[in-house]
Amino acid sequence: MEQESIEQISLMKKQLEELTNKVASLENSRKDQLSMAIVSGDMDKIMAAMIIALAASAMDTQVKLFFSFWALAALRDENKKGKGKDFISKMFGMMLPKSKNNLKLSNMNMAGMGPMMIKYLMRKKGVMSLDQMFKEAGELGIEITICEMSMDLMGFKKEEMISYPNLRYAGAGTFVNEGNESSMQLFI
Amino acid sequence: MTQEELKNVEVAKSVDARGTACPGPLLEAKKAIGSIKAGDIMEILSADEGTKVDIPKWCGKQGHEYLGAVEENGYFKVYMKKK
Repeated sequence: MEQESIEQISLMKKQLEELTNKVASLENSRKDQLSMAIVSGDMDKIMAAMIIALAASAMDTQVKLFFSFWALAALRDENKKGKGKDFISKMFGMMLPKSKNNLKLSNMNMAGMGPMMIKYLMRKKGVMSLDQMFKEAGELGIEITICEMSMDLMGFKKEEMISYPNLRYAGAGTFVNEGNESSMQLFI
Repeated sequence: MTQEELKNVEVAKSVDARGTACPGPLLEAKKAIGSIKAGDIMEILSADEGTKVDIPKWCGKQGHEYLGAVEENGYFKVYMKKK
């Protein structure tokens, strides 16, 4: 009889522990957090991503941006150079935009005329430039993660990336893990 | 609050965000809210139509009280009370 009740108590303890763990993971899965995977390197798409990120941050939502593939060109610093690149990497580096200030538009690029006109309109209408947006993002504590694998694939080097206060390097697992905790996940 | 009441309300802080487009005014509001006390009223001046819709949502999320908006010539003033 006594043996039985001891067994029962230990069973209940186990179940309680399982429940506590489940509740903890549920609480973590709905964080007021935005995880965004930014893959496109077009000026308009990077702008959209940054505007959403800033708006979310203004709403006190924690923002985590994961940059990979074409979007990485937007994180290059035109005044910095990567060393020790092979032939293909050098070619990629030459053909891709040197910084966020010379990205192309996904529509109406017109050999660079489109971005010029958009930039003129943005100044006229008081829309922040990409430079300002990144500066604001840094001050607001928005985190930027660079996908190490795609950076390597595109032939970019760490030393040619912008200086940004919350810049990290990680893999897709980090994005998936943080996306799992976030109440909002976007892919651009 | 009625339009008349809003026009005569005493504000603790006025944020002029007329020079910036979305999401500029929201960011300005977020930065300014820290400088006023709970119960104080803040007005945000903006020419961006989207902001008129965004500010009440921002207030709703942060728990501040949205008081209303007043149209001016070419811009508008949004009023809110800090939680």
